[in-house]
Amino acid sequence: MPGADKETDLSERIESFLSELKRCGSGAGSLRGSAETARETTALLRRITAQARWSNAGDLMEIIRKEGRRMTAAQPSETTVGNMVRRVLKIIREEYARSRGSTEEADQQESLHKLLTSGGSSEDNFRQHFAHLKANIIEAINELLTELEGTTDNISMQALEHIHSNEVIMTIGRSRTVEAFLKDAARKRKFHVMVAECAPFCQGHEMATSLSKEDIETTVIPDAAIFAVMSRVNKVIIGTQTVLANGGLRAVNGTHTLALAAKHHSTPLIVCAPMFKLSPQIDVSEILSKVNAHCPLFDYVPPELITLFISNIGGNAPSYIYRLMSELYHPEDHEL
Amino acid sequence: MADSDGRQVVSINHSTEEDVKLQEVVQAKCEGKELTKEEKQRLRKEKKQHKKNKKDDRGPPEKEKEKEKASVLAPSKPATQSPAHKAAPVPVNASASESPVAAEKPAKSKAEQRAERRARQDTERASKQGKKEGGQQSASSKPKATPNELQPVVKRLPEHIQVDDPAALKKLAKKLERQQVPLRSDYGYKVSLFSHLHQYSRKNPPTQQISIPATVIHPSIVRLGLQYSQGIIAGSNARSVALLHAFKQVIQDYSTPPNEELSRDLVNKLSPYISFLSQCRPLSASMGNAIKYIKKEISNIPSQCKEEEAKRRLQECIDSYINEKIILASEAISKYAIEKISDGDVILVYGCSSLVNHILCEAFEKQRKFRVIVVDSRPRLEGREALRRLVKKGIRCTYVLISALSYILPEVSKVFLGAHALLANGYVMSRVGTSQIALVAKAYNVPVLVCCETYKFCERVQTDSFESNELDDPDDLIVTRNGKTHLENWQTVKSLGLLNLVYDVTPPDFVDLVITDLGMIPCTSVPVVLRVKNVDQ
Repeated sequence: MPGADKETDLSERIESFLSELKRCGSGAGSLRGSAETARETTALLRRITAQARWSNAGDLMEIIRKEGRRMTAAQPSETTVGNMVRRVLKIIREEYARSRGSTEEADQQESLHKLLTSGGSSEDNFRQHFAHLKANIIEAINELLTELEGTTDNISMQALEHIHSNEVIMTIGRSRTVEAFLKDAARKRKFHVMVAECAPFCQGHEMATSLSKEDIETTVIPDAAIFAVMSRVNKVIIGTQTVLANGGLRAVNGTHTLALAAKHHSTPLIVCAPMFKLSPQIDVSEILSKVNAHCPLFDYVPPELITLFISNIGGNAPSYIYRLMSELYHPEDHEL
Repeated sequence: MADSDGRQVVSINHSTEEDVKLQEVVQAKCEGKELTKEEKQRLRKEKKQHKKNKKDDRGPPEKEKEKEKASVLAPSKPATQSPAHKAAPVPVNASASESPVAAEKPAKSKAEQRAERRARQDTERASKQGKKEGGQQSASSKPKATPNELQPVVKRLPEHIQVDDPAALKKLAKKLERQQVPLRSDYGYKVSLFSHLHQYSRKNPPTQQISIPATVIHPSIVRLGLQYSQGIIAGSNARSVALLHAFKQVIQDYSTPPNEELSRDLVNKLSPYISFLSQCRPLSASMGNAIKYIKKEISNIPSQCKEEEAKRRLQECIDSYINEKIILASEAISKYAIEKISDGDVILVYGCSSLVNHILCEAFEKQRKFRVIVVDSRPRLEGREALRRLVKKGIRCTYVLISALSYILPEVSKVFLGAHALLANGYVMSRVGTSQIALVAKAYNVPVLVCCETYKFCERVQTDSFESNELDDPDDLIVTRNGKTHLENWQTVKSLGLLNLVYDVTPPDFVDLVITDLGMIPCTSVPVVLRVKNVDQ
């Protein structure tokens, strides 16, 4: 029977995705970048929307929430999975609201005042059935996928605004976003890059070889020399694993030291992070979840040390992140 | 000498008058009057002055400066000056005395011209020599003029930070050739910010070019140099002690050649050794101070001292230096530092400092209850050695890499750091990464204590880690992870450079206290200690 086949096929795919997540960690040693993970998650969610059995938005949201919880449990440090689930949930809410014809609820999240006073009072139970809901949702998810595909390019396009000639730029570890950012700027401008190798995984080495292939003057420095050379650095550009709701970062270990050194020398610290990395979590204790013989994978960087966020929708100050959060996610979905 | 100089100085100003007088005297001679002895002398002097005035057209400022310097310095350093200046007046005198004789003949012009030319050349040569000596003397005798106050130091830039200057490199090559010490060549692509420093490869030790029996360098020094360049002996205390022991061996094997004095010859013998050692690895501040001390002791050996006696005395000096400045100093520092360690402390240390390890072991023996966090960094990974020593003692330790510093620092109550040298402006020069630790500790409000013996205090000043540093072998950064070695062929990639710094400087506002054998001082009191030490010596 076609329905059962579809279902088994779907659950197979979900299982294989979960096992992939469990296998490759995130951050250091991951075989795929977070952009890829985001795309795969969204594709999987689209498939769930298409193939699972549901009759109204509420059911769909339940299904997606359930799968989302399983996925985040498989790999807690890979936050893009959870973020994509929340995005899709918000899409579902929006489409449902549009189908119902009431657009005021969409506006409810806009103003800060309403945010503070309303607090999830939409009493919808999403039980109404709409014929075209599925198609609309799938279309919206397709739009999301397009957005995801273009994030790196959108960020790289802004590179020339921020990098001028003969600059010395410092970065740490390996971020595909920053790599693309710098390569794009190098097409028109000449500058020097110092890469901190980020022991013990030494991903900085890969970054350096990749950059030097594009004829960018690159130097590899050990982590211990970060403060020593910082006085000659004009800008620090880093990627991150997650952007937190308060504007802080959860980034690869050593980033906090780098941020402190930059602050001491009054060097601007620029974070290149696409919007799908934005996560509603603020809980700092969760940062130290990945500890293995005192080799922490991530650092918490407070928002005071960050100068600018460059994302696919443009540049933002850390103090604005909470607003972007409200545009992307619905407050009820913060806890899956 | 002063007299004639004075007169010369005066006579420059009265050149026109002299001219007139000269004319008169010549006229008198032509008129056949007999000249008295004094008149003859005066005539000679005036002719000389006349000729000098003519040359003044060529280079008046040089000569005047030289004469003024000469007049100022005459009271202080007559001995070295006089040969230079005697040379100047003597030929002129000679020519002056010649010329009046030839003055009457009409063909005098040719002889006069020749004499003038000769005199001119002599004076120019003398003035050049005098200027050089005068220059040096003016600089070095100025401190004598203002004794014990601000001493302007004539800075000869050390060679090892002038690698980008081809003239300096040529000078070094010539000097090494003269001393028969092999010149070590730089390796690999150097990051442009550090083009003024040497960068050597460990795979090309300088000893390859030496043939052992025929060399002018003592074998224990060769061995020491090899140990330095391969990193077998590392750490400023270890390097100084090894150096002093090697020098003891050299003194033991030394025998004064005939017609030479031990105090002078031995110092000259040590110079090629020191050049060789600095080729193997740039000298540390502690080694520099030790060498200065030895040279001073050697030159203070009285000349009537017998060779055996002198050698015994020098060995004793070296032993007492090691004992006082290193061993007893570390005892004193431990005593002070243990006061600062309380029960329940969590102490953070970085890398392997022999002094800090000693302090911790002593504190543990005195039954203090604490635990230690050892922070380590690539590529040297010296923390592992410290970890080994502490764990052997039985101290509870944790081990992290420097990138985990922000994670571990909230648990830490104190940070103990060692130093390679303390600079005169209060900056602490130490292993690269120390400044980072101090920075993050400051951000978390954790006190930072630096432990340093006074023999490591140095007169240099530096504000960042670029001006004077050491570049280690860049190949050390290459590592294999997940089966892949990304930097394996870094030399083939044109725009890729590896930077392996050895030292960095920590600003004094990150350091809360410096513990020395003289007591506990703030970072900014280093020049006071240096001054007290200099006065003692």
